[in-house]
Amino acid sequence: MILLDRVSKTYNRRGPALDRVSLHVEPKEFVLIVGQSGAGKSTLFKLLTREEKPTSGKIIVGGIDYDQLKDKDVPLLRRKIGVVFQDFKLLLNKTVAENVAFALEIAGISNQEIKHTVPKVLDVVGLKGKDKNYPLELSGGERQRVAIARAIVRQPKILIADEPTGNLDPKHAWDVIAVLEKINRYGTTVLLTTHNQEIVNKLRRRVVTIKDGKIVSDRAIGQYKDV
Amino acid sequence: MNDSHRFITLERIIKNGFIGFGRNIWIAIAAVAMMAITLTILLFAVVANATFRHTIEDITSHIDVSVFLKDSVTDKQRQNVIGQLKRVDNIKSVQYISKNEALKIYEQQNANNKDLLSAISEINNPLPAKIVIKPIDPNRLDTIKSFLDKPSIKALQSDPTSYSGDRKAAIDKITNATHFFEQAGIIGIVIFILISTLIIFNTIRMAIFNRRDELVIMRLLGASTSYIRGPFIVETMLYGAVAAALSLIVCGALFAVASSTLQASSLGLLDIGYSGHYFRQRFWIILTTQIAIGILIGAASSAVATRRYLKLNR
Repeated sequence: MILLDRVSKTYNRRGPALDRVSLHVEPKEFVLIVGQSGAGKSTLFKLLTREEKPTSGKIIVGGIDYDQLKDKDVPLLRRKIGVVFQDFKLLLNKTVAENVAFALEIAGISNQEIKHTVPKVLDVVGLKGKDKNYPLELSGGERQRVAIARAIVRQPKILIADEPTGNLDPKHAWDVIAVLEKINRYGTTVLLTTHNQEIVNKLRRRVVTIKDGKIVSDRAIGQYKDV
Repeated sequence: MNDSHRFITLERIIKNGFIGFGRNIWIAIAAVAMMAITLTILLFAVVANATFRHTIEDITSHIDVSVFLKDSVTDKQRQNVIGQLKRVDNIKSVQYISKNEALKIYEQQNANNKDLLSAISEINNPLPAKIVIKPIDPNRLDTIKSFLDKPSIKALQSDPTSYSGDRKAAIDKITNATHFFEQAGIIGIVIFILISTLIIFNTIRMAIFNRRDELVIMRLLGASTSYIRGPFIVETMLYGAVAAALSLIVCGALFAVASSTLQASSLGLLDIGYSGHYFRQRFWIILTTQIAIGILIGAASSAVATRRYLKLNR
């Protein structure tokens, strides 16, 4: 589902942000990418969403070879991947339902289908009845669940979440993780970057640890190691 | 993306353009005003040009060369002169007016003046027969003049040739003024199009800046380039349409005033009243052209601004 083959990314300033990283993620897997700030997690995230291009190496996601991907086709790639950000990236002047609908509008989905789909997805993330609220009226955890609803509303095969619990207190963080696990159970591959030790240790999922731009460990049921 | 998706996307681009226009209207006022001024100047230049041309045409159509013939000239001599004249360069028409016809014209012109009428009659007709020549270009009478100055032709003439010389000077003045206004108009239009393009450019830049969060999110969620750029272009096309409407209202009012007040105090030979007539007669063409130009200026400048300020390829 996700294949990285000796991928490096060097920004001009310092050494490589990612250094020959190879990673293979099977369909329906739930993978945690852990590491300290600056380890290269966010660079990895940006490479997968094609916000950045690798300096070298090969990336294939959902059968799409990024080397062959033209700039004009990047939007189509992004519509196939669900993305969740640490800072939610919600539109504050739109309601919860409108924020979720936004992802469908962009893809040219009809209003009728949007009306039908959005409430169902809000139900999945546990936000039934909040559709008319604005993001600022919600708690951090709820906001992140809106962002997850928006990411999965197009039913992507892959969901990439960059530090989705980074701004949340433990209770809300677990709410968000519970939603991600639920989505994974429905068949979506989930790639989650985090440096939350408790979450990593309790989830008992595959853990890939990055340090200084390199993968230092990759365990099927991993633990957070303070590397 | 199939056709129904494309249609829905186009519909949303247009809708979002209107929403953006509504949100951005206060920032857009300067852009709309400047574009309205540009379009007004453009319209004035076109109408002024048409008015000058109309005046020149009007005057030149009345310019002619009259060759007065001696009473002794025979029919054969006359037909010979007319035949030769028709072969001379720059001749539009040649018309012969006999002594009797000249008398009738004189009588019509002086119908109210019995003294003048009683002074002449068919028996006592002092008016000479004449050949009236209309030139194609009244500014180039040299060929006609040199023909008429030939001794053999001159010998047939009773009076000096009339060249409507006073009118020629007026034509020259208006022609010069037309050239000047044409050039000044073109320079003015270019400058104002440039200024309004820059202002629209800046307006869109501000709009992009104000909506940067939304644009980043759109980009990350996989909005296509046209979906992001389209609404900005629609928005500026609306500026253009509104500016064209404003400009037409202003111009319409000005021409209405010009027709009623300036007609009386016509500026010399210039037919100011014609400008209002021209505007009204071509209102729909002007309306369509104004809107089209407004839309074009808007679309072009926002196309450049969005290309420059929206980083869409990442």
